[in-house]
Amino acid sequence: MQPLITISHVEKSFGTMPVLRDISMTIAKGECACIIGPSGSGKSTLLRCINGLVPVTSGSILVDSIEVNDPHLDKLALRRKVGIVFQQYNLFPHKTAIQNIAMAPIHVLNRPKDEAYENARRLLAKVKLSEKADAYPGELSGGQQQRVAIARSLAMNPMVMLFDEVTAALDPETKKEVLFTIRDLAAEGMTCVLVTHEMGFASEVADHVYFTDGGRIVEAGTPTEIFKAARNERTRAFLSQVL
Amino acid sequence: MMDAIAHWFKWLSNQHGINYSVFFDNYDQTLFLKGLKTTIILSLACIALSILVGLIGAWLQGSRIRAARVGTAMFVQFFRNTPPLVQLAFFYYAVSALLPTVTDSFGAQTPLINNLGWAIISFSLFAGAFNIEIFRSGIEAVPSAMTEAAESLGYTRFQIYRIVVIPIAFRICLPSLGNNLVNLVKTTTLAYAIGVPELLYASAQIWSEAMNVREMMVLLLITYVALVAILVAVMQRWEKSLRVPGYVS
Amino acid sequence: MRPVQSSSLPVLLTPNRTARDPLPSLTAIIQSRLLFVSLLGTFFISCGISAAYSAAGAQPSLSILDVLLKWAPLVFGGFLFNIAVSIASMALGTASGLLLGLGQISPSRPISKTSWFLTQFFRNSPWLVLLFFAMFLLPFDLKIGSVTVPLPAWFKAIIGLALPVMANVAEIVRGGIKSIPLSQWESAESLAFSRRQILWQIILPQAFKRMIPPWMNLYAILTMATTLISVVGIQDSMTLTKAALVAEGRLDLYLPFYMMLLLMFFAYCYPIARLTQSLESRVAVKF
Repeated sequence: MQPLITISHVEKSFGTMPVLRDISMTIAKGECACIIGPSGSGKSTLLRCINGLVPVTSGSILVDSIEVNDPHLDKLALRRKVGIVFQQYNLFPHKTAIQNIAMAPIHVLNRPKDEAYENARRLLAKVKLSEKADAYPGELSGGQQQRVAIARSLAMNPMVMLFDEVTAALDPETKKEVLFTIRDLAAEGMTCVLVTHEMGFASEVADHVYFTDGGRIVEAGTPTEIFKAARNERTRAFLSQVL
Repeated sequence: MMDAIAHWFKWLSNQHGINYSVFFDNYDQTLFLKGLKTTIILSLACIALSILVGLIGAWLQGSRIRAARVGTAMFVQFFRNTPPLVQLAFFYYAVSALLPTVTDSFGAQTPLINNLGWAIISFSLFAGAFNIEIFRSGIEAVPSAMTEAAESLGYTRFQIYRIVVIPIAFRICLPSLGNNLVNLVKTTTLAYAIGVPELLYASAQIWSEAMNVREMMVLLLITYVALVAILVAVMQRWEKSLRVPGYVS
Repeated sequence: MRPVQSSSLPVLLTPNRTARDPLPSLTAIIQSRLLFVSLLGTFFISCGISAAYSAAGAQPSLSILDVLLKWAPLVFGGFLFNIAVSIASMALGTASGLLLGLGQISPSRPISKTSWFLTQFFRNSPWLVLLFFAMFLLPFDLKIGSVTVPLPAWFKAIIGLALPVMANVAEIVRGGIKSIPLSQWESAESLAFSRRQILWQIILPQAFKRMIPPWMNLYAILTMATTLISVVGIQDSMTLTKAALVAEGRLDLYLPFYMMLLLMFFAYCYPIARLTQSLESRVAVKF
């Protein structure tokens, strides 16, 4: 397997406060990586760095041979390859579900309108929301909004999807809908990077699990290695707290 | 129908001394309607221009050039915190005196901009200063998560503004914009002070001749309240047409 | 899947933000200083423009600044009269507006409907028209029994300006009372307070804080509106400025004279606006 994302020695600080310290990891094509760890350990920042929303202080992030830490970075090219879904859905409130999905392909990729809408309809079916095409975000439940947000990112046809605690704001019932959607995606071979607090889900779908704390990767391994036989004291302490 | 109305008001005037001359006196009626027309033209021109001033100002306030930001802030504070009547006099008497005159069709020297023109400029800048603040706070009220989401989809800065920020910000602004435009329509009465023949000026002409101050005053107040009511209704309709189901701004 | 500890706190680390400064921050003060200095700058530039303009024409006998200084005390006296009128109108408008605002939430339908109508009517009428309304329609003197009290023009003007103030204060009072959650009324009612007690002891003290910033804002608007009295023939700073310009009869004086008048109002109203802003943010933080 060839690495799709190569992160080496990434450092990031806000002002004088370090958030990421010497982060290195590789993510292969088709792999599903889960990043776990206590709140404030820099997990979300890492995802935002991969997508170029937050510039890194030093180090290198290579996404399919695009260097993210490059002043001349072609952000558009990067973002066509990398989709991101946020905790708070962040759908555009003044556009319907299907418009939210079709907008970016039309405006950013200059796709013809009917093609973009056809694709959007297909994606809505994929996240099982065909009947909500013309609903506005405010009329959808949290779980439905989150699935539209996933479809919106998929519409850009990315090579990798980043999920930033996408179920944290949802109740247990609607959580399932979203997690099933992600599981199906991973099963289809989409490269996924998840920041999550759902340990059960992580152990089910992840190929690799990274435990971060204090801006560092403390321990990495397969789900079995991390959840069943963690070597590091901090990992064990964290897991015993959340499991 | 019109005849019947004129007849009735004439009777009211003769019998009870309640003199609504605009309803039966041709001259007064023309004067009043012309005044109404001027007020409407003045209001519409000021509404359009002040929104333009507001948009340009809000854009300048988000500029990366410090001088543009400071300059806009100065403009806003100055026009918000000085009397509009003095502003009008400042433009009409002082600035106008500095401008060259032109020769009109009769061969006489006339100012480059007439009193109606100065009223439009002055009120547009006055209301525009308020609009700048309204638009700016609307743009600031758009959650940064929205722009982040658009950015992650690959939108350019300009596209983010055009497709995401402005439409959302505009919905947030609309109620305060409506309030300000209502104030603007009321402010157009100040044009009386520089002799623009708008509604108040026309009414004063009528009551000084027909000696019917009380009647004209009632009519004037009702007319302005009606004009404001129309504007409010239009704004509300606009707000409603832009309302997004399930979204509370 | 086991339930996970609730950790809806944002994970994205942000540097600690210091709590909002209750007083205008240093940068704000410096900026406002900067604003003042720049405005004074524009004033002198406008003098300069005028000087350059007049230099092209006939030689004036006195320099612009000299003329300005000669008339400044008189205009300033007029300005103080504007302030006096604004204070009197504000007092009158606030007292009557409070009554009208309370009238709007009265349980008696005729009272609340009438109050609502009066508020809407006076709020949506132009200030200048209301001023004319008071000037022309109030009698010249008031007969109370056998005593006749004359109503001078300046007093009628104060009433004329107080009318829109009254309507706006009524709206502020109503809005302030409405902003207090219904639960406050309910919990007070459950403690057997009377309606009057609830209003005066529980609701109004809370609403008061929220009413101050818009009330101050209204005062600044009123102060600027006092120049309207010059339109109905009462001598104020605006009238005196015009009179001075007519007396001097020099075109080059118009720009600096009106600029001076504008700056007088700015110097009075801008600090009020800033204070209103800082109070507003403090109220917003408190609640």
